Amino acid sequence: MTVGLFIPCYVDQFYPGAAIATLQLLEKLGVTVVYPPNQTCCGQPMANSGFEHLSGGCNRLFIDNFSGFDYIVSPSGSCVLHIREHLHDDKRPELAKEVAHQVWELTSFLTDVLKVESLPARFPHKVGVHQSCHGQRGLHLSSMTELVAPDFSKPGSLLAMVKDLELVELDRKDECCGFGGTFCVVEEAVSAKMGKDRVADHLKHGAEFITGADMSCLMHMEGILKRQGSKVKVLHIAEILNSEG
Amino acid sequence: MEVATKDHAELAEIFNKDEERVDWHDETLWWIRAKRDKSVHQLPEWEALREAASNIKHNVLSDLNNYLQQFEAAAQANGIIVHWAANDIEHNEIVHRLLVENKVTQMVKSKSMLTEECHLNDYLAKHGIEVIDSDLGERIVQLAGEAPSHIVLPCIHKKKEEIGDLFHMYLGTPSNMSDPQFLTETARGSLRETFLTRKVALTGVNFAIAETGEFVVCTNEGNADMGAHLADVHIACMGIEKLIPNREHLGIFLRLLTRSATGQPITTYSSHFKKPREGQQMHLVLVDNGRSIQLGREDFRNSLKCIRCGACMNTCPVYRRSGGHSYHTAVAGPIGSILAPNFDMRKYADLPFASTLCGSCTNVCPVKIDIHDQLYKWRQVLVKEGYAPTGKKIAMQVMAKTLSSPTLYHAAGKMGRLTIKYAPFAVSNKLNPWYKQREMPESPEQSFGEWYSKNRGKK
Repeated sequence: MTVGLFIPCYVDQFYPGAAIATLQLLEKLGVTVVYPPNQTCCGQPMANSGFEHLSGGCNRLFIDNFSGFDYIVSPSGSCVLHIREHLHDDKRPELAKEVAHQVWELTSFLTDVLKVESLPARFPHKVGVHQSCHGQRGLHLSSMTELVAPDFSKPGSLLAMVKDLELVELDRKDECCGFGGTFCVVEEAVSAKMGKDRVADHLKHGAEFITGADMSCLMHMEGILKRQGSKVKVLHIAEILNSEG
Repeated sequence: MEVATKDHAELAEIFNKDEERVDWHDETLWWIRAKRDKSVHQLPEWEALREAASNIKHNVLSDLNNYLQQFEAAAQANGIIVHWAANDIEHNEIVHRLLVENKVTQMVKSKSMLTEECHLNDYLAKHGIEVIDSDLGERIVQLAGEAPSHIVLPCIHKKKEEIGDLFHMYLGTPSNMSDPQFLTETARGSLRETFLTRKVALTGVNFAIAETGEFVVCTNEGNADMGAHLADVHIACMGIEKLIPNREHLGIFLRLLTRSATGQPITTYSSHFKKPREGQQMHLVLVDNGRSIQLGREDFRNSLKCIRCGACMNTCPVYRRSGGHSYHTAVAGPIGSILAPNFDMRKYADLPFASTLCGSCTNVCPVKIDIHDQLYKWRQVLVKEGYAPTGKKIAMQVMAKTLSSPTLYHAAGKMGRLTIKYAPFAVSNKLNPWYKQREMPESPEQSFGEWYSKNRGKK
């Protein structure tokens, strides 16, 4: 099985640790991973701002870089959701559809494709999980408090395999952090307030680390934690799942 | 009604200056959302109910003209006088004409978001007619000279102490009274006199049944009934999308409505109005006001399924932290943000952007409107129609160009990282909205791409 590794642009530039952990974790699980070097971005920053018509270049690049892999895996629910829902190419419509169907978010790939049942990881800390909305409500990585449906959580099940890790309960287990792409600057006041409230929930319950399947939400919460001078750190879930046993 | 000159982000920023108040507003609405969750989780068939309601409304919208004619004929056969209003102006004129014909200058009104949408109170006030809102929450905002901030909980933005002050000023209560029981009793006493002396009562409509020509009004206070039963003339106003085909469908909607709105199993009063009593006039005004245009917009048609429960507002993390008035339209929150641009794209171009697209609204919607997807689609429409600010347009073009070229992207990424590392003042300053309340991410030595080519590239 050969997997194409899709690393979102801001993770590539600012959080290489999350990307390295994703690569190493997949390799540890016996997957052959290839990183196409000419990849850039899924196009979501334009599309969510109302400029989807400007994302054609990103779409073409994505298809050029990622067609032909058995699977395409990415450590970001949000970017994966965008590709799944919006990847298109007027000149290659069928190929675009095919590529869009092969894109997987990391935790669902581990759970549903690799069917991982144990991990050699140890992380002796109290951890709060942030359910990023696009992964949760868009890709159904976990059950949602609004719906009357059975409980499940793919990131939660994976974290439960990590030795000595203690998950903290939150008052609001799936409230948005307020990042929202360009929302974070266009609606700065509400965005920052949402972030502060989300962080406070984790702090109140004694989390030492906040983790999740989307680095963008974590980047936003990290910005708030640092401004508050907090010692609590954010880590992408791949970094915890890849920790030394 | 004044035209808002500030957009949602600016109004939300003002609202957020009082953080304690934001916390209180957020907690109050979250408490209602939690009540809703508790109530719906008691029904194993909840999701099936939502699906059924959504499908029934789908059927209605796909054959609306026939259902409307069926409803009109049945209502007329029952003795109801039916009026058609193409827009808000016609609606207000019809109501005014009925008041003039009945020689009255005072009217009692129970809660109706449609009359808020049409700005009926302002119109009638200009024509010398006094309207008293009889819903307690609406009465409070009316005394305060404000619009409702929520479609189900009109004065949810007011603290009980502020209500006590209003009552002291307008209803003659002693100062510093904030006991809810006392304030409610006071309002009740003052409204009783209004109910007994008004000849005309106006109500909204929650559901109209095409089969029988009857309409149903849901209230918790019984104020609609009190008004309609005591008045010689009952005027009911409804948007044309309020129809359901048959009476048997009503049960589904009544089970969904209040559980979604407040977590109650059902409203205290679900009143059926079918025909005028002996000697009474019953008028029904059917209002389009942009609805048939929305019906013609395929991507946004489903918004007309809305039964005005307000669940999307209670769950919306943005609404809870920005307040209903920041949406500067009669129907606030996520649903308002997909309805308003249909009325006026220029005026409401900001609203579809007042969301993180978290999707919670779509999940709580009892008629399964794809609210967050429609917000995304409105953004595309608004930009294409030319309502994006120029600065944003340029920024997006630059970003799209950079991200369409691996070479430009790698160069820009490197430059960005170097700037943060060696010239942090260039980004960590007042001009950067991110930096106002958040630190910038740390700049790593190398990007993942650079690491990969060094460590794995030659494999």
